[in-house]
Amino acid sequence: MIEVQHLSKYFGEKQVLYDVSVTFQKGITNLVIGQSGSGKTVLLKCLVGLLIPEEGRILYEGIDFISLDEREKREIRKAIGMLFQGSALFDSMTIEENVKFPLDLFTRLSEAEKKERVAFCLQRVNLQKVNKLYPSELSGGMQKRVGIARAIALNPQYLFCDEPNSGLDPKTAIVIDELILEITEEYGITTIINTHDMNSVMRLGKNIIFLADGHVAWQGNNTQILEAENEKLKDFVFANTLLQRRNE
Amino acid sequence: MYRIISQVGQYFIFLGRVFVRPERWNIYIRQTIREMDKIGVRSIGIVTLISVFIGAVLTIQGVYNAKNPILPNYIIAYAVRDSLLLEFSSTIIGLILAGKVGSNIASEIGTMRITEQIDALEMMGVNSASFVALPKIVAALLFNPILMILSNAVGIVGGWIAGFATGVIPSDEFIYGIQYNFHPYYLTYATIKTLVFAFLITSISSFFGYYTRGGSVEVGNASTRATVYSSVLILFFDLLLTQLLLV
Repeated sequence: MIEVQHLSKYFGEKQVLYDVSVTFQKGITNLVIGQSGSGKTVLLKCLVGLLIPEEGRILYEGIDFISLDEREKREIRKAIGMLFQGSALFDSMTIEENVKFPLDLFTRLSEAEKKERVAFCLQRVNLQKVNKLYPSELSGGMQKRVGIARAIALNPQYLFCDEPNSGLDPKTAIVIDELILEITEEYGITTIINTHDMNSVMRLGKNIIFLADGHVAWQGNNTQILEAENEKLKDFVFANTLLQRRNE
Repeated sequence: MYRIISQVGQYFIFLGRVFVRPERWNIYIRQTIREMDKIGVRSIGIVTLISVFIGAVLTIQGVYNAKNPILPNYIIAYAVRDSLLLEFSSTIIGLILAGKVGSNIASEIGTMRITEQIDALEMMGVNSASFVALPKIVAALLFNPILMILSNAVGIVGGWIAGFATGVIPSDEFIYGIQYNFHPYYLTYATIKTLVFAFLITSISSFFGYYTRGGSVEVGNASTRATVYSSVLILFFDLLLTQLLLV
């Protein structure tokens, strides 16, 4: 479980997050939704330590991540996997080397053990015979799957996904969503997904946090979201044509 | 002016982040070997090609300018050797590599920045500045002296071929000339310059790539800036080192 308490983030004079307090629960898919510029990515980057918030606390199982030194943060980072918006696979490495990279970094496994783990992770995301290929030789959907394989290589307790469906066709997006859901439930991971894709919201939204202008404007799940009274949330949800029709 | 001072400060802060103890030596060693291939081995072709032609041109120009009944022919070969060793093989090759390798490094790291690969490294707790720049700097420091020696060797061969192929210098006189009055210190001087230039090219290009923000246009700008700044600093340090080491 990850608890965020009174988090605020500024860029110079501009405040991007305002006193954000939320809890991300274990074993389910937690979604952070909102329009572009609402602060979703900034929140995610604060959670994984890529940005340091000016105020507030981030508690990983009760441990304040922000106050830790680099060595202690490294211990928590071992338990974090992240899927980036553009997959962020290392261009100069093969698929096998990409997935093996966290194992090289954090474990003392033998080469054979690492290869076995890489094969397992790639198989888990339904990819075969891609080990020796480079990221540029794969489609966007396959790159996302490799990104997931790399994220789960260390058996993470926390999985962060930034816009996992961006740039994917609807069918591939479903595959990626289902994969994230399966992995979350199978390993009991705390998964946090940034998205503005309403299809993902309806499929995965066990715990949804709606951010508007850097504030937590609403929290609920995918059955409650269509009935919510929050005007900003309604604007966001029913911007989707299919949901507009359903609402009418 | 403020921008330049700020950028110089940022460059030294960047170097401070680059030169730290690696998290895992084996990953860095693997990366360094890979970079030696990319930066060094893949530059052998261009260095060889340019050096052969420059050696040949120096010989023919030398004959044109210095052919004189009172000057022996071997003086031309002697001048070709020293020109290659003192200036061409380190400085001119440095400038060529600033264009080829420098722009490549800046665009590679810049692309890593805008495609979140650097964020991915930071998220894993890796010192990204060191991870992307240190193997490149070490690889160039190890391999560029080899390129410098290669450049000298094939430049001399180019001059020798031009000499006897055009009939302007007999082969035996050319071979005598390249051995005439050789100062081994010139090799030390050329090696020192090569090492300094290798450091400048890789560190400056890594710096501009690392701090790229935006999209493909900014990556292109970073690549151009890396080449221009590296080239200008190579010329400046060429003058400085020549004054310090030769005069």
